[in-house]
Amino acid sequence: MAENVLLRHEDVPDIHKLDVYLAHDGYAAARKALTTLKPEEVTAQVKESNLRGRGGAGFPAGVKWGFLPKDSDKPVYLCCNADESEPGTFKDRAIIEKNTHILLEGILITCYAINAHTAYIYIRGEFAYGAKCLERALAEAYDQGLFGKDIFGTGFDLEVYVHRGAGAYICGEETGLIESLEGKRAYPRIKPPFPAVYGLFGCPTIVNNVETLACVPSVIKNGPDWFRSIGPESGPGPKIYGVSGHVAKPGMFELPMGMPLREMIYDYAGGIKDGKQLKAVMPAGSSFPVLTPDEIDVHMDFDSMRAIGAFLGTAGIIVMDEDTCMVRALEIIDRFYHHESCGQCSPCREGTGWLHKLLVRLEEGNGKVEDIELIDRICTNMTGNTVCVLADAAAMPTQSYLTKFRDEFVAHVTQGGCPLKKVAVQPEAA
Amino acid sequence: MPTLVIDGQEVTVEDGLNVIQAAEQAGIEVPHYCYHPGLSISGNCRMCLVEIESMPKLQIGCNTRVSDGMVVKTTSERAKHAQAAVLEFLLINHPIDCPVCDQAGECKLQDYYMLYGAYKSEMQLEAKVQKGKVVDLGPEVVLDEERCILCARCTRFCDEITQTGELGIFERGDHSRISLFPGKKLDNPYSGNVVDVCPVGALTSKDFRFKSRVWYLEKTPSTCTRCATGCNIDIYHRQGEIFRFRPRQNPDVNEYWMCDEGRHWYKSFQQDSRIPTPLVRDGLSFAVASWDGAGTAAAQAVRRTQDEHGPEAVAAIVGAKATNEEAFLLSRLLREQIGSTQTAGLAWSPADAFHDDFLIHADKNPNTHGLKSLGLLNGGGEAEAVLSAAEQGQVKVLFILGADLVSAFGQERIDSALGETTVILLDTDYNGTTEYADIVMPIAAAVETDGTCTNQAGRVQRLSQAFPPPGEAKAGWEALALLSTHLDGPDSVSITDVFGELTHSVPAFTGLTYGKIGLLGAPLAGVGS
Ligand SMILES: Cc1cc2nc3c(=O)[nH]c(=O)nc-3n(C[C@H](O)[C@H](O)[C@H](O)COP(=O)(O)O)c2cc1C
Ligand code: SF4
Repeated sequence: MAENVLLRHEDVPDIHKLDVYLAHDGYAAARKALTTLKPEEVTAQVKESNLRGRGGAGFPAGVKWGFLPKDSDKPVYLCCNADESEPGTFKDRAIIEKNTHILLEGILITCYAINAHTAYIYIRGEFAYGAKCLERALAEAYDQGLFGKDIFGTGFDLEVYVHRGAGAYICGEETGLIESLEGKRAYPRIKPPFPAVYGLFGCPTIVNNVETLACVPSVIKNGPDWFRSIGPESGPGPKIYGVSGHVAKPGMFELPMGMPLREMIYDYAGGIKDGKQLKAVMPAGSSFPVLTPDEIDVHMDFDSMRAIGAFLGTAGIIVMDEDTCMVRALEIIDRFYHHESCGQCSPCREGTGWLHKLLVRLEEGNGKVEDIELIDRICTNMTGNTVCVLADAAAMPTQSYLTKFRDEFVAHVTQGGCPLKKVAVQPEAA
Repeated sequence: MPTLVIDGQEVTVEDGLNVIQAAEQAGIEVPHYCYHPGLSISGNCRMCLVEIESMPKLQIGCNTRVSDGMVVKTTSERAKHAQAAVLEFLLINHPIDCPVCDQAGECKLQDYYMLYGAYKSEMQLEAKVQKGKVVDLGPEVVLDEERCILCARCTRFCDEITQTGELGIFERGDHSRISLFPGKKLDNPYSGNVVDVCPVGALTSKDFRFKSRVWYLEKTPSTCTRCATGCNIDIYHRQGEIFRFRPRQNPDVNEYWMCDEGRHWYKSFQQDSRIPTPLVRDGLSFAVASWDGAGTAAAQAVRRTQDEHGPEAVAAIVGAKATNEEAFLLSRLLREQIGSTQTAGLAWSPADAFHDDFLIHADKNPNTHGLKSLGLLNGGGEAEAVLSAAEQGQVKVLFILGADLVSAFGQERIDSALGETTVILLDTDYNGTTEYADIVMPIAAAVETDGTCTNQAGRVQRLSQAFPPPGEAKAGWEALALLSTHLDGPDSVSITDVFGELTHSVPAFTGLTYGKIGLLGAPLAGVGS
């Protein structure tokens, strides 16, 4: 790719400012959509582009928009999911802070396509600066008539609100987000009905991730064929990869979908820090299986990852070197899920806490060999049986750690603690 | 009307049912905690996971509408495994304090635990999450946070039924707990229902807790007589003592609920003021009498008055707490054995009686509608007219059945009306009116007799005898049958008998039988169900 789309600020300084953005073709895609295309044509183009959701699940955006009921007389809402709380994930934040207008333009085009006149950007509470960036950019854009009434003289109206979350991972789950936006506890809803039918305030609602929406202008501007040509056809487009952990040059990289994981670690992120060996990598945030060094030749796109029993997730790549204690790493992951389970479903509420307690016990050297089987059994019982997939998101990495690094778990039992004896276990977060 | 197969059994059910409801109709219980038919679907407990053919994942029965051709397996290997796993999760942090828990015996955790087999506990006690014990929520209810399985039935009750929203879930994950919103107390008029909906021992009733193990209690289906709504209830009792009322489901009356006032109403039946034996006036005090002696004395007073002053000098006032049968028998006695038309109904309630637009009715009488159907109440001035007649010396003998005239009309009025009148009183308890009586016949309270009341909507509902009345008291209909025989009238052998006669002589009751009324009641002729 010649020029960044999502991380365009790396090429064009100050692109977050409206005048700079406008000077670089900003809002041209929105103008094109609103003035020359019908809403259904916009949706059709997005469908054709095979743009798949960047929030983690990879659901085709255009298909989702197509689920909106055609015969409803209720208002339609767009919720931009900016709750970005997945461990190892920091892509949306970059777009929000540095390339703000591409997101706003994506929201404008999407709202036009789905006939929404109100959009909410639900932004993670901790992103105080991001919220400020959004407010500032919105104010500029409103000033120029890019939002509000009669946009581009087309008669299309759109109000956009920035809503700051109160701080919970579960607020990123789309129906938890909707509940939170309604002023309630972010308890995910049982599905069906799906938000497209019964969403915010009981109205048809589309929830899309920041990065997904930020891809939309480029689809309209360059056409679906262009978009599909970037990476694998089945899930193409520009993609932000975030690499963190034990690498020499951690950071964010915008590249086509389908980059080999090995290249991401060894070329873009400069390889393992201090010349050490790679031990494990979580390629998709923390909610999906861990990979071992012999699995990193996989291409990072939705389908290639699935083919090896992994997931693309948020493409937040967490790299661990040879000195990492996998029991402790998993203990930290499960501490997170224990802390973040909303507590609604019995298997998740009780299971996440139970897993965490067992891992602390193993890490502290008080575990039994049977605990390993017990952890595995708990995970199996948590999987697939809850309102949202947070339970699966805890169980999946846990089971993959047990399977792929079983010896280390056994060693913690037989040696009465961590063979690597690195850091003391932190007390359980209350 | 979808036809589906549940556990190999083909059933056809109404539209719109979920799997739990459809299974219930087939006699199959799908285990569940959070699902309650009177509340919205929450789907959080995950206990009702079942297998549905052609769906890859297990589905929760509560949120799955049945459809034609569906094949449901509630006890397949997979379903049972998932249900057992959920139960195990629920017990992980549960204190397992059944020996001291008031819910024991009616706890869904216990029930399903027995069903799914005992596990060895995988969690040491000290590792369990510790939470609040004996948390005071309000006048009715105490919370044990550790026993709570967070099914959210209580919060949904307060949000959806009373819409008072006192309760919420606070904190997250396995630290979640039910609590009051700041500044709130759980003291709405229906708060006791949260105890009933709680499937475990988390919410217990301050009134009932620790009084008795539930398995020692008998349960008798009946109707609450606290107000004209007539919520259906179960009476929980042992050896002539009532321990609690609980609502009994009736979709046409109270659904699943009852008010706190009604819940406490059982206490009104076991006060020290019960009249133990028939009494006959002896100067300023009463002398204990036999039923036969009281009956004879009453008959003599009636016949003497009839001879001296004519039949209309004998009158009766029937309170609207009397059953249809009691009111019918007394008015028939006056009409047919004495020849008097002077039977007046009285439905008195305190002027400031609490009421709302849900269940609690301003009329605190259970059978006002019944007295109307029997022709004893019309404009409401009937009892007043009888008292005026007595004041003018036109009423010489007055039967009073289940009515405290002093409460209704005041001491002064009753002094002037009944000073010279011979009063034959049938009631359960001593009250302000008792001292005006010359003959007292103790009768059974609503929980001690069979009979029917007609609620404000015109629905005839049954009272059932939970246990015999105390001392020598008789069921009202039996006392009136005895009086009837003393006045050469017919005897009555059973309540169904009396009801049969009632239906034949009172048009509004046409078509009803005692059996037809059943446990859920039946509307009077001309009243839609
Ligand atoms: C526990 C949990 C947390 C989630 N957090 C986020 C999040 O922070 N941001 C996000 O975009 N999607 C998140 N998701 C995914 C959303 O539910 C939803 O699928 C996504 O916002 C849809 O957008 P997309 O189709 O554009 O990917 C989360 C899902 C789960 C189960
Ligand atoms: S799976 Fe966990 S996080 Fe998701 S709704 Fe259930 S309890 Fe909440």
